[in-house]
Amino acid sequence: MNEKLQNAIQVLQQKYGCEAHVHRGEHTLFMSADNLFEASQVLRDDFGFNLFASLTATDYWPEEEPRMHLSYQFFSIEHNMHLRLRVPLAGDNLNVPSIEKIYPNANWYEREVYDMFGVNFDDHSDLRRILMPYEWEGHPLRKDYPLGYEEPQFTFNFDAIDLRKPKATE
Amino acid sequence: MGVEQKLGNLGIVTTSLEKAVNWSRTRAMWPLLSGLACCAIEMMSAQASHYDMSRFGMELMRASPRQSDLLIVAGRVTRKMAPVLRRLYDQLPDPKWAVAMGDCCSCGGVFNNYAILQGVDEIIPIDVYIAGCPPRPEGLIHGILTLYEKVENEKLTKWK
Repeated sequence: MNEKLQNAIQVLQQKYGCEAHVHRGEHTLFMSADNLFEASQVLRDDFGFNLFASLTATDYWPEEEPRMHLSYQFFSIEHNMHLRLRVPLAGDNLNVPSIEKIYPNANWYEREVYDMFGVNFDDHSDLRRILMPYEWEGHPLRKDYPLGYEEPQFTFNFDAIDLRKPKATE
Repeated sequence: MGVEQKLGNLGIVTTSLEKAVNWSRTRAMWPLLSGLACCAIEMMSAQASHYDMSRFGMELMRASPRQSDLLIVAGRVTRKMAPVLRRLYDQLPDPKWAVAMGDCCSCGGVFNNYAILQGVDEIIPIDVYIAGCPPRPEGLIHGILTLYEKVENEKLTKWK
C-alpha cells in the first residue's frame, strides 16, 4: 500500500518535477497549474485514484506570494491511499484548468472555489456561484474581503445606523 | 373597512365588533410549520406536550402558507433563503402577523457576516421580536401572548 503510493509520487515527481512534503502521514505534491490536468489523468488511470475527495483553497494574502493555494485531495478506494496536489496561484493569474472531464464531481467543488475565492476554471461547463446569490459581487473568503457585515448598533449610534438599515415595507 | 363605512359611527356596536373579531383572531391563530435553524427545535418543543402551545389557540401548525395566519421566523435567515421566505410571507392570506423568534432573525444574532441577513425585518415587517438564543419555549409563549395583546388592541379602521 505504501509502496504503491511511493511509486505514484516518484512517477509524478519525475514527470513534472514537483516538490513532495510529508506531514504526519499525509503526502502532498506541489504542482503547477499547467500540469494539473495531465497529472490527475495519470492518477486516475495508472494508479487507481478513483475518488476525487475534495478541493479547497487557501488565501495567503498579503504575507505570501503566490497568494492562492488550491488543494486537491485524491483517494484510492481499492488501495486505501490518500494524496494531495497543491497548486499555488499568483494573484494576477487565478486561472486553472478544470478537471471536470476526468472527475465529474469536481463540478460543484470548482463552483464553490470560484464563488468563495474568485479562481477561474477554464473549460468548466457551468461556472456560476453556488453558495452566494448569483448576482453577488465580491468573493467572501478572500483575506481582503471585510470580516463583518454591519457595524453593531449600540445605544450611542443606534439611530444613525437605524436610518441606514434596509427595512421591509408591507 | 366596509363595515364602518356602511354603519357609520355606531360607537357601541363597532366596539363590540372589534372585541369579538379580535378575540376570535387570537383564540385560533395557526402558525406556519416553518423552522429554519436551532430556534425551530425550541418552537417544536413549545408545540409539544410539555409546553403546550395548543392551550393558546395554536392547535396545530399548517404546512401550507395559504392556510395559516402567523409566520414564526425561527432561526437564522441566509441571503439565499431570503427570497423564499418573502414568497412564503406573501402567500399568507390577510390578516397575517409575523413573529421574529430568536436573536438571528431579530438582528443577525452572533452572525455579523456576508451570508446571514442582519435581521429578517430587512424583508418582512415583524410585529413581535423575541430575544434569546434560542429563546426558551416559555419565552416563545410570552412572545405569542404579547402578539395576542397587540391583536386585541387592533382597531377596526386598521384591519387589513
